[in-house]
Parts: sequence; structure tokens; C-alpha cells
Amino acid sequence: MEVKAHAEQHHIGIKVYFLVWFALTVLTGVTVWVSYIDFGLLNIVIALTVASVKAALVALFFMHLRHEDKVTWIFALYPLGLLALLIGLTISDVFYRVTP
Amino acid sequence: MANHTVAETLPVPFLEKTGILSWILSTDHKRIGIMYLVSISTFFLIAGAFALTFRFELLTPEKNIMDPHTYNVLFTLHGAIMVFLFIVPGLAASFGNFLIPLMIGARDVAFPRLNLGSYWIYLLGAIIILIALLKPADTGWTFYTPYSIQTETDVIMITLGIFVLGFSSILTGLNFIVTIHKLRAPGMTWHRLPLFIWASYATAILQVLATPVVAITLLLLIAERTLGIGFFDPAKGGDPILFQGFFWFYSHPAVYIMIIPAMGVISEIIPVFARKPIFGYKAIAYSSLAIALISFFVWAHHMFTSGISEVAATIFSFLTFLVAIPTAIKVFNWTATLYKGSIWLHSAMLYALSFIWLFTIGGLTGVFLGALAADVHLHDTYFIVAHMHYVMVGGTVMGFFGALHFWYPKWFGKMFNENIAKIAWFLVFVGFNLTFLPQFILGTQGMPRRYATYPPEFQTLNELSTIGSWILGIGIFIVVVNLIKGLFNGEKAPQNPYNSLSLEWSVPSPPPHENFEEIPHVTDWTYGYGKKQNTEK
Amino acid sequence: MEEIGIEHGHVHHIDPAVGYESSKLGMWLFLATELLLFGGLFAVYTIFRAKYPVLFEEQHHELNKTLGAANTVILIFSSLTMALGVASIQKGKRNLLSILLAITIICGVMFGINKYFEYTAKFEHHIYPSTSIFFALYYMMTGLHMLHVLVGVIILAVLLVLNIRGKFTEKYNAPIEIGGLYWHLVDLIWIYLFPLLYLIA
Repeated sequence: MEVKAHAEQHHIGIKVYFLVWFALTVLTGVTVWVSYIDFGLLNIVIALTVASVKAALVALFFMHLRHEDKVTWIFALYPLGLLALLIGLTISDVFYRVTP
Repeated sequence: MANHTVAETLPVPFLEKTGILSWILSTDHKRIGIMYLVSISTFFLIAGAFALTFRFELLTPEKNIMDPHTYNVLFTLHGAIMVFLFIVPGLAASFGNFLIPLMIGARDVAFPRLNLGSYWIYLLGAIIILIALLKPADTGWTFYTPYSIQTETDVIMITLGIFVLGFSSILTGLNFIVTIHKLRAPGMTWHRLPLFIWASYATAILQVLATPVVAITLLLLIAERTLGIGFFDPAKGGDPILFQGFFWFYSHPAVYIMIIPAMGVISEIIPVFARKPIFGYKAIAYSSLAIALISFFVWAHHMFTSGISEVAATIFSFLTFLVAIPTAIKVFNWTATLYKGSIWLHSAMLYALSFIWLFTIGGLTGVFLGALAADVHLHDTYFIVAHMHYVMVGGTVMGFFGALHFWYPKWFGKMFNENIAKIAWFLVFVGFNLTFLPQFILGTQGMPRRYATYPPEFQTLNELSTIGSWILGIGIFIVVVNLIKGLFNGEKAPQNPYNSLSLEWSVPSPPPHENFEEIPHVTDWTYGYGKKQNTEK
Repeated sequence: MEEIGIEHGHVHHIDPAVGYESSKLGMWLFLATELLLFGGLFAVYTIFRAKYPVLFEEQHHELNKTLGAANTVILIFSSLTMALGVASIQKGKRNLLSILLAITIICGVMFGINKYFEYTAKFEHHIYPSTSIFFALYYMMTGLHMLHVLVGVIILAVLLVLNIRGKFTEKYNAPIEIGGLYWHLVDLIWIYLFPLLYLIA
């Protein structure tokens, strides 16, 4: 299994890396451009979606997450769940307090 | 010696080399385990001495030997040192280090040098905390804002120390997770693993994933004091309760970092001394993981009276009840294992049985506190103090002493005096209950925690508690003396004094360097007592 | 974090394939902790941005969008060169790895220089961490990130020296891959910091 995983990385072509890099740079341009247009609340949604797509590209291709086993996936994604939990439950406190 | 073929086949015990460098530069997990054991025990005794001192102050309602500030400092140091230098690294770092490679059939952990690095980082953190004693903090071990931003005492140094200790904890947890994933011996499938390994795995996950949050929180507290940022300062638009939330996002899972390894120890001791296979293996194994998971969902139950929203309080109260389920599953399974067993009341077993009893009291009173209405009345009273000591001392320390007595022959290759150990256990057990049982009553009567003086009507129960602390202190003293004495003039330990089937007992006592001459092939689970008793490995 | 990278070469008691897998899993676990370390700051950000939307909107104009965007492009490019570096040593091209590592390091240093100009400009306008919650977040988030860039550059420099000395080959290159993972994380976090701090609309 280990040997297989090692060998697989050789299959990521140089071309793929350049494509990913190109996509990342274009997406950076997109976020900057979008920030000058007022979509109201949608702005932050767009900004975070684009950032997440970029982050996913980096993780899947540059960091080879595509070829990692289940355990690595779990440990890569679990912190995101915890972060959502931390933010979500803190919000359930901070924005629902009854202010006298 | 190496020239003789006979000598070559004789394994060299890991304790053989001497000299300070052979210790502080050793990457042998068993030696690193001993260094942790010695360090955490030292801090346990120091922090215990603090407790005895301020418990003496509480003998009478009025001032005896210290002013309120000294009292505040002492309970802060007692809490901070016990939590961060003893009980969090505690069993996980000492016995985890010693046992994990032995139990899974590996020669060492996955990253031996990183393991040594973790210990050095632990020492560094400890030294920083000792420096902080020059102007010790008086905030309580939780460092709640806004007081921790305002107090003149040195909060920065001690939080910096804890920040550093966090790194040690993270790296140890990381090391153990990788070790358990990658270095199990052939045939050692997940469902054949000793339950201590499952417990260590769950603990390691908490160490890795909860610690960074407290690290950043303490970093922000330091920035608050040095750079003047205002996240926790209402005067600057910040929110002091945010600090509590972030602090407990770590510190509640940390409670389980403290207790899960002890649960693992109990799961090992009970089947050996009941001579029965453990009941509900998978339930115990997966409940460790369930606790690790759910413990992240309950942090704000420490903050019900802090002014959090009712919505949050309701959610957290409900979630808190959930965490009692996997814990109860364990208690039921241990009890079921004892049923119709042929029980050997070895001192380790006595501690294990005490654990079940005391931890159940600690756990159940926790369920009371999870109920919102009860918590409003009991919060910040001695009821809380008693509850958490029943969990931490009645649970973790009993587990720690149980582990010490159980694996002592394997680790050091010597036997201790069993009769004295039993007497010491009796004193510890009685002393502990006498110290903390009255505190439940004091709490329900409304005595608040963290005050140096109290109204005269609470005196009788406080006297009982203080006398209890003396008995507990004497008991612990005898435990320590007995175990140290065994090192020097104890009998040589046999390889397997309890006929345990677990892998660590299949190697000599003490184990050789690199543990196994040949990596074992595992064909069965660890708990086949009864029918397979004679098929010793 | 450096230890993990260096560790690998000395694990004599385990099979090299297992050692390779172990160090990779170890690094991913470490990245998980890094994510949560920054996660605390992201949570603080979320709370205060929701609480004080106007303050965030107004004060973010003080930040230099162009420099921020330039730094984003620099870091993304450095991620590319890092990934190419890993690929090249896996094919045994040691000299190519040296060049790519050097470029990656230069990118990291350029990022730092830009940040230096950014911070000094802020100080000249008397903007400090204590100025407001927004700037406290700005300094804490970018400061902690800058610290990681610095550590990353040091790790890469060590790897570069080791590579020049011929330590890494087609068969043994786990430290490069693991150092690379760390460097990509630095990029990954910046990918979020940039829109959250510089591009509030």
C-alpha cells in the first residue's frame, strides 16, 4: 500500500501543477475584482467560496490529498468540523444574549 | 560481552545504562516514560503540598496562617500545577510512553527523537512556570478575564509556560496517533488492541485537536496584556465571556485528556484480577472515541452562570447529558466484568475498584451540575470542588496509583511490599473521602469556593475535610516511600506476576532495549482469560 | 515541526516505507493543529465582524489591497515551485530541486519584505494592535501567519542546504515532501486571510 501511494505521485504531471497554479492566480484576480462590486451580503459568500475552492485546489493537488488514505482525509477534515462547531456554538451564545 | 554468542542472545534491560546523559539524551520510550513519571510525580507532590497548606488555613473560619492574597496564590498554583504539569501530561505521557509500543508489539514510538523533544519542551514549560512563581498569579487556574488582564501579578509568565506545555502535549499526541496507526505488530488488528491503547488513542486525538485552541487563547491573553488588544476587554468593545468559551473549548476536552487514560488503565487491571475476559470490549473501545468526540460539544456548561445566552445554555445542558452515556457504558461493562469473576484483591485492583466507585460519584454529581436549575444553585460552591476532585483524584489519581502498582514490576523489574501498599491504599481511600465528601454538603449549604475565611456554621465540616487531607497526605506519602523502597530492596520481579495475557508481559521485567527480540505475531485478542488461561504466550 | 522532517532519516527500527507513511501522517496531524490554532482567530474574527460590521468595513480601507494581492500571487507561485520541487526530487533531479527550493525561499523572503513595508506604513499612520478590534485582528492574524512564513523559510533553507550536500535522492525524499506540506499550509491560510482582511465589501 505504501509503495503504491509513493508511486502514484509520479503520475501527477508537471502540466497539472501549472494548470492548478493558473487557476489559483485567476481566482485571486476574481476575488479582488468582485470586492469592488457591491453584492451586499453575497460578497462575503463569494469571497469565502472562492477562497475555499483555492484552498481545496492547494490541498488536493499541491499537497497530494487526492492520493492519501482515509485516515489522512479524516484528520485533514476533522479540524474544519471542530472549527465550525467552535464558531457556531459561540454564535449561539454571543448573539442570543438578552441585553437588559 | 558482545563477543559471546550466549551474551548476545541475552537481551539487555533498558535500565542498565547509567549516567545523566544516558537519560536526558535517550530516545527509548521506556526511559522517556520514566522521566515523565518522575517529573509529573514531583509536581503532583508539590501541588499537593500547596493544597495541604491552604486546607490548613480552612481549619478555622478566621485567618490562621495566611492572608487572602497568599490563599489566592496558593489555590491558583495548586490548580495550575496539578492540571498542566501533573494530570494533563500525567498517565498519557508516562504510562502511555511506556506501554504503547510494548502493547502493540513495536520497538519504539513512530518518532523517538520527537518524543524526546516533547519531554524537553515539557521541561522548558515547567521551568517557565517555576520562574513564574517569583510573582505568582492569583487568578485561579482558569485565568478568567477581565481580572487576568487587570491583576498586578505575573499572569504572562505562567500562561507562557502553559503555552509551551501545550506544544509538548500536541507533539506527544501526534506521536502516539501515528504509532498506533502505523506500528502495530502483524496480526494486532484494531479489535485485538488492549483497551489502554484505545484510550490512549482517544486521548491523543484530544491532545492534538483541542490544545491549539487554548494555545491561541492564552496567546491572545498575553497580547491583551502586552499589546493592548481588546478581544476580551469590554471597555474596548471586547467580550470577556469569549475568553471563557475559548478556554473551555480546550479545557473541557482536557478533562477527558486527564480521565480517559485512567479509564484505559482500569480496563486493563480489572480483567486480569477478575480472571475473566473483559465484558463489552467493543463498547468500551468505542465509548472512548465517543467521549473524545462528544467532549468537544459541552464546553459552555462551565459558564451557565457567566451570563451566556439562554439558547446556548439550553443546548449545552442537553449536550452535557449526552457525554454521560459513553461514560456510563464503561462503568457498566467494568462491573459486568467483575460479576462471577474470581477476584484477587491486589493493591492495583483495590485502586481500580476505588476508581469505579469514586468516579461514579464524581460523574453522577456532574450530571446534577449539567442541569441548568441545579447548576445555578451549586455553581462556584464547594459542591463543584468536591465534584471535580471526585473525578480528578477519585478517578485519575486512583487510576494513576493503580497503574503504578500494576505495571511497577514490569517497568522496574522489582516488587514492592504488597502489605504496605494495601495499608497505604486504605489511608488514601479513607482520607480522600473524608476530605471531599463533606465538601458536597458544604456546597449544597451554600459555602462559596475560593475564599480564605468562612462563616462559623461551616466549621465542623471544614474540620473533617482538613483532617481528611492529612490522612490522604500520609497515605500518599506511604505510597511514595513504599514504591521507592521497592526500587532498592524489592525482590526481583518475575516476567509475568499476574499471568496477564497482554503483550507487555511477554517480555522480561524490565523489558530489554527495543522491547522485542522478534516482533510478535498476534493471533488473538488480549483478554482471553478463563478458557485460554494456560496457553501462555 | 522541523523535528518531524529530520526525524525520518534516523528511524532505524522501522521499515523505510512505514517511516515514510508515518512522517506524512504525522505532518498532516500537525497541520490539523495549525489549522485549529488559526481557527481560534477565525472564530474571534467571525464574532466581531458580525458584531461590528461597520467598523470592519470602514477600517479595512486602511489596508493596502495591492500589496495584499501581490503577496497572494507571490505565495501561490511559491506553492507551485514547492510542488514542482517535490516532483523533481522524486525523479531524482537534485539540482532542479535546489533551484526550485531557492525560488520558493526567495518568494517567502519577498513576502516578508512586503509585510515589513505594510507594517511600517501602518505604524506611520499610528495604527497599532490596540487601535481597534479590527486592527488587533489584522495584526494578530497576519503576525501569526508571518511567523509561520518565517519558520517555513528556515525549514526550506535547512532542506536546501541538506539537498546541496546530497542528502536527498529519488528514493529518500520524505523531508522535502513534509517540508512542502508545511509550506503549502502557509499558503492555504493566507488564501483565507487575504479576502477576510483586505477585501471586505
